[in-house]
This record gives sequence, structure tokens and C-alpha cells, in this order.
Amino acid sequence: MSIRLGSVHDIPRGEGRTYAVAGEMVAVFRLRDGSVRAVSAVCPHKGGPLADGQIDDEVVICPLHLTAFDLTTGCARGDLPPLKVYPVAVDADDMLVIPSEVLL
Amino acid sequence: MQQPRLVIIGNGMAGARTVEEILARDGGFAVTMFGDEPYGNYNRIMLSNVLAGVEDESGIFLNDLSWYADNGITLHTGTRITRIDRAAKVVYAEDGSATPYDKLIIATGSRAFVPPIPGIHRPGRGYHQGVFAFRTLDDTRAMIRYAREHERAVVIGGGLLGLEAARGLQNHLSHVTLVHAMGHLMNTQLDAEAGATLQRSVEKLGIEVVVDAQTTEILGKHSVTGMKLADGRTIPCDVVVVAAGIRANADVAQASGLPVERGIVVDDQMRVQGEADIYAVGECAQHRGETYGLVAPLWDQAKVLADHITGRDPHAAYHGSRIATKLKVAGVDVAAMGVQAAERDDDETLVFSEPRKGVYKSIVIRDGRLVGATLVGDVRKYAFLMQAFDRGLALPEERAELMFDLGGPPAEVSPAEMPDDAQVCNCNGVSKGAICSTVQSGCRTVSGVMDKTRAGKGCGTCKPLVQRIVEWAAGGEVEEDPAASWYVPGVPMPKPELMRAIREHGLKSVSSVFATLVPGGKEDAKSKMGLASLLKMMWGGEYADERDARFINDRVHANIQRDGTFSVVPQMKGGVTTPAQLKRIAEVAEKHAVPMVKLTGGQRIDLLGVPKEKLPQIWADLDMPSGWAYGKSFRTVKTCVGSDFCRFGVGDSTALGIALEERYQGIEGPGKMKLAVTGCPRNCAEAYVKDLGVVAIDGGKWEIYVGGAAGAHVRKGDLLATVDSADEVITLTGRFLQYYRENANWLERTYAWVPRVGIERIREVVVDDADGIAADLDAAMDASVAAYRDPWKERAEPVTPGQFRTSLPLVFLPQVPVR
Repeated sequence: MSIRLGSVHDIPRGEGRTYAVAGEMVAVFRLRDGSVRAVSAVCPHKGGPLADGQIDDEVVICPLHLTAFDLTTGCARGDLPPLKVYPVAVDADDMLVIPSEVLL
Repeated sequence: MQQPRLVIIGNGMAGARTVEEILARDGGFAVTMFGDEPYGNYNRIMLSNVLAGVEDESGIFLNDLSWYADNGITLHTGTRITRIDRAAKVVYAEDGSATPYDKLIIATGSRAFVPPIPGIHRPGRGYHQGVFAFRTLDDTRAMIRYAREHERAVVIGGGLLGLEAARGLQNHLSHVTLVHAMGHLMNTQLDAEAGATLQRSVEKLGIEVVVDAQTTEILGKHSVTGMKLADGRTIPCDVVVVAAGIRANADVAQASGLPVERGIVVDDQMRVQGEADIYAVGECAQHRGETYGLVAPLWDQAKVLADHITGRDPHAAYHGSRIATKLKVAGVDVAAMGVQAAERDDDETLVFSEPRKGVYKSIVIRDGRLVGATLVGDVRKYAFLMQAFDRGLALPEERAELMFDLGGPPAEVSPAEMPDDAQVCNCNGVSKGAICSTVQSGCRTVSGVMDKTRAGKGCGTCKPLVQRIVEWAAGGEVEEDPAASWYVPGVPMPKPELMRAIREHGLKSVSSVFATLVPGGKEDAKSKMGLASLLKMMWGGEYADERDARFINDRVHANIQRDGTFSVVPQMKGGVTTPAQLKRIAEVAEKHAVPMVKLTGGQRIDLLGVPKEKLPQIWADLDMPSGWAYGKSFRTVKTCVGSDFCRFGVGDSTALGIALEERYQGIEGPGKMKLAVTGCPRNCAEAYVKDLGVVAIDGGKWEIYVGGAAGAHVRKGDLLATVDSADEVITLTGRFLQYYRENANWLERTYAWVPRVGIERIREVVVDDADGIAADLDAAMDASVAAYRDPWKERAEPVTPGQFRTSLPLVFLPQVPVR
């Protein structure tokens, strides 16, 4: 089973949006190459909204204090706990999907 | 396999430190140590403090006996080794025991040199009663005991040790005389003038000093009663302390056939010359002709020895130490390094002497590098000089800066002198210790350390200090950060080159810059905002705006706050408002239950705590232009009431401030641009400390100051020009801002950029048009002004899907308390 979050076109290229999925806050990013990444939406440093952060192919930068997190591993470039990484994909209808078993 | 046996002769600072270094490298040795003295290992340097009564005996022990047990070291105290059998690899002790070794370290240190003065010894009793050397804990104890019951002491030797002994003895008896055979005190470290200055300071402490004094005899039948000098004088005394220097303890080595000159001769691996398995370290060792009597070289030697003997680094090599010392000698600060005086005709010598205060400084410069320095009485510049000496750094053109902290920025803190727990970054709470351990873990670029620790990532004020600490911690092995000169970290070009390339390739979007100018076309999130700003400045209306290149503030035209909400600051030109405007703001704040309404430092009103999704509605309700309190852009023009109402005002500052803001509102640049216009030199609008500040002066003139700041950095602006009319102010403001926009690095505020370029150069370009580009600058600024659109009009329809959709909190987030 997987959960549909919405259309991938809801996210502009190079930006992120937050989704509440089964009680978890997930920040989904659409890279400029069209691929998608999903990580937990709250910065473990001071609770910053990661979906408002700037991204490149590798990292998202928290808008509050500019901590960088790897979008693939969730690891912080710095001394902070990692983000949870969600396996997100785009299905045939251009919908963002996350397998439900990864959610609590 | 049996553990290799390591034997150390000597349990002093050198022996114990070397063992510590070896243990830290896990050499796998079975360690046996022989100590002549019946104690664990103590800090010999501190004996002066014990004598002076400021340190307890127990406080000077470095490793007590349990340390040896805990580390599995077999320690034989009070056991003197008498012979080394190099062929059989065995050491023999006084008590007849034989101990085999696979590797041997000799760390026998040195002993007091006692000149052959008649009467100094008593046949069969060692020293004459009342005569003491000053070398060991036992010497010190005996000296204190004896001195307490006597009146007058003479110390022979005006070197470091003699001075310390003299000062210490003052605690125990009333008269202390220091006799020194040479012409001035501390003659191996200090020149004559410095020695004389030191002498005056020591005399002020009540110590009598006699220089050029050759002791010819110690007087007294049973116990000491006085001493005789070569010039015939007699000094009555009942205690004599000999501190006439040290000699390496190399007798055993010599008797065992090892090469000994002034010390045991070692190679760069601290191995005794010609011996594969015997090392020597510390004061007993002679390396490249030098023997050392200080601890710093010993630490270096111990590391090299440990690296080599454990095989951790077989190529480890000791190259000798550049000796620099900073000491408190008998209560007087003394520092010395390198040569004492000019040695060549073209050596530069600087000397400062202030005898009344006991201050003397001399510095020797050769080929623009520091080769020697002597400081007495004031050693505040020691750390700076030490670095310059050690690393051969270029010296300041203003040579006086080598000796004094001249005005300008406050004295630089020396990393060496900071305690480990000193907080370096006050924004992110990063200590010196945290920075050092990051460097030690292998991170050797300043930016890398900043990323890892967050130091310097707040207001940025501490960046220079962070840089110095990283350099210090890396011991000169700081890796050059190639990105330091680039405009943004992700595109390998300085700004002028980058702008040329952008023009050449006609790059109008941030993504095209990455694709064209970065090897591999790799995007970099941290570079996007700076590139967006630059491209917008360069191309104006032709700029291909990609929203992902914008920081969140610029995507939603508001300043993100700690809880993910935003602040809304409507424009209030020159800080002038109206009752109608205030009413509207009040109504909007009430209608939307804005948690906080606050006056800003830029003379405006801030509505704080506005959720992202409410922004368009609030803008619509306010129906006021954006105040740009969120961008790297022209922010506000602060004004005073000027000539309209103020009885002191000599110019209409409010009208000019409004005109400036009207024209340059929202212009983006490499950093924030905060302005002010003040109606008289009383400066109520704080124009001297703005990126650009205008001051009305009598006679209808205006002064324009640039490069001021009163935030994390405080700097008074430099006077750019004095002009006759408000129109000229407006023109020069635009031209200056455009020159700044085109030339400053990303996030480089005017307070950094103006001094970097130099006010004279800026005046040449902006005021005198020396480069003939004034018209171009004006035209470029005109185009930017003409292209300006109020971003708060962008509210009927989101520009991108979900532009104002909330990112947080969808579930829970700590809220800023509502007041």
C-alpha cells in the first residue's frame, strides 16, 4: 500500500512543500531534474520549516540557521541528528506516493 | 610473542612526557622507568613557585605513583643507573641490578652547574653548610628550611633561575643579593638595555643586584658567613644559592661509550648517533649542536621520539626548535625570541624604552621578517610577535604596530592565550576548544570548520577570530580555501570574472550559470541567492527569474521568524507616517490578531508572527507598499525632524530622506543598504553609522558618509563628499550604491567593502569620475529604478503553486509567546 500526497505539479521545480502524512510532517522536494526527495519537515536544530529551504541536487538548507542536510541520507552537514528520509516516488498519474509501511 | 621491553633512564619531565606520548600511540611496550629522585614525576619549573610559597608541593606533581601502576609501568625510584651495556642491551643500577631492554631512552636531564669557587664545598660533607643548588625538590625543601632561620642570602647567577630563586627567597629572609658574573641580567636572552631595565625593576622589589661580579670565595668556617668578589668586596651572608646554569647529565652515557659533547648527540629521530635502539630526549640531548633548557622543545622532541619508536611515523623528524620564551621573572614580564640585536648592516632595529615604567622593547627585522624580539615589562604583543617570528609572516607596514596596539580595531586576542572554554562565537555558543578539536579531527579549512561547528555563522563578527584559531590549531597547516575569493561558493570565479563570463555567455538565469560556468554543471544551494541578486542587478528586466533561486524571504516578500511565521513591515518613507496610515495598520493588526506590533530600528512598524498563508490578505488589507525589511536590499532611510520643526536643524532631512527612499526603494544588492539623513551634525538620525548617511551642515550643504555601521560591527562612515544640493545627494547616492552593487562581494556590507576598496578610490570613481564610468553607473541605476515593482502587489494570484502554503506547523511547533 502507498499513500498519495498530491500532484507533483503542486511543487515548483527546485522548491519544497510540506505534507502531513499519517500524523508525520514530511517535506517533499522536486529537484530541478524532476526527481523527488522526501525528508522529515522539521529541522532538528531549532524546528525550522525545511520545505521553505533552498535546495540543490544534494542538500536542503534550513531557512532559519542555514544548516545543510543531505536529501538522500538525511545526514546533517554539521553536528545535528539526521532527518528521517522517506522513499517518495511519482506514479503514472504524476502523483507523489509514499509506501505506507514506512510511516508509523 | 613477548612484548618488546622499553627502558627509560630518567623520571623527570622529559622521561615521563615521552612515555605519555608513547602510551598515547599504543606502542605495545613493557615499560620500565628508573628515577634518581624518590618521587613520581613533578614539574621542575614550578619549584620557583614552591620556593616563593605560592604553590604547594603537592600541586607540582604531574604523575603520581598511581599513574605508573595504572599504565603498567614498572617504576624504580631512587635508583641510579650506572652503566649501559650496549652490546648485551642491559642497564646496570647502583644497587647491582641488571635490566635488559629492547629499546632504551635516556632522559637524564641536567644538573646545576656549580662553579669551582673555593669554599663552596666542605671536604667530605658535600656543600658548605648554607650553600644550596636550586634544581630538585629536595634542594628546594632544604633551602627553605635553612633560609627561614637565617637573615641574608646571596644568589649566584643572574639568569632566569637565579632571578626566580632571589624572588622566592625574599619570602623566607630579609636580605637578598643577586650577583651575576656578566654585564647584565639574563644575558643569554636579553640585550644590555633590556637587562638593565629588568635590573631596575628587580631592584624596586628590594633585591640588591651586583653585575660584573666574579665570586672568588665563600667565607665561613663551620657555616657560611659571607662571600668575596674579585674586586675585593665582601658581601656578608649566611645563605648562598648557586644558580649559575645547568649541565647535561651525560656521564653515564659517556662512560658507556655513547657520543657526548655538551649533551648526548642525537639525530633527527632523537636516536643517539650511531645507535639503532638507544634514544635520548630533553635537556641531556644535543641535537644539531644545540642543547635546550626549556620545556617547549622537549614536548616537540617527545612527540617525534614517540612517533618513531612506535613506528607510528617512521619518518617523523625533529628539526630543532625556534626558542621563544615568555616568562614572569621575579614578578617582571619578560619575553625574548631570536636574535638580541642587529647582526647585519641592513637589519632594521626598533627600540622603545620607558625606564620609569620598567618597559623596554626591541625588535630586529631582516628582509621584512621578524628575526628577534625582546620585551621587558610589557609583553602584550608577545603572541603576535611569536607568530610572526615562528611563521615568518609579513610584517605591518606601520612598524610601530609590532610594539603597540595602535587605535583602530581592538587588540587581537591571541588564540594561544585563550582558555579552551572561552566562547568564540557568541551567536552559536562555540568555544575555542570545540574549534580546536574540529581542526584536530582533520578539518583544516576555515569554511569547513565554520560549517561543522557553526562558529562565525551568526552575525559573523567573530569570523576573523575563528580564522586565527583555526590557523593556530592547525599549526600553520591551514589549507587554503579556494572558495574564499569566489563571489559565491559554488561557482569558481571571483566577481569580476564571473560578471564577464555571465555577459559573454548571455546567462540570464541562475540555472544557466550553474550549467555553463560550473564544471559538471553542479548546482549549489548556497550560491543561488547571491547569483539571483547579481543577475537581477546585471540584466534588470531581462533577468530570467527562477523562484527556487530565491531565499524564502524573497519568495514571499516577508522575513521568516524563528517559528516559521513572518514579519510584515510596510514602507514608511523617512520614518514619517500619518494618522490614517496608523489607523489602517492598527485595524489590520487587530483583524488578523497579529501577535506583536513593534517599532523597528529603521523607524517603521513591524507586524510580527504572521503565518505565510495570511500574507497576501494582510498586504491587501494594508494596501501599503512593501518596506523590504527582508531582503539584501535597500531598506530604509532613517531621518530626524530636520528644519521643519527642530530648532537646531539646518537642512530639510525628512524631505530628502523621503525622496531617497522614493527613488531607491527595494533596490537589491550584495548586502543590506541602510541609510539615514540627519538635519544637523547632532546626528539624531545616526547618519554617521549607516551604509550611506547624509548630514546637513550650515550653509545649505550636505555631507555624505559611506561605509558606516552600528550593528555587529560598529564603524563611523567615511566622508565621501560635501555637496550643495539635495539633488546632488540623490545622484551621488545612486552612483555610490550602483558602484557597490557592481563591485562588492556577496554579503559584503559597505562597512567592509568601503575600507577594502578605500574611500579615496571610491571618491575618484563616484565623485570625480576618474574612470569615466559615472554616466554608466547612473544609467544602470536609472534602469533598476525604472524596473522597480512593488512585490506586495503580487498577491491576487500565487506566482507559483502553493507560494503561500504553510510549511509549518501542520502538526505542532513551539510558538513565539503571544504578548
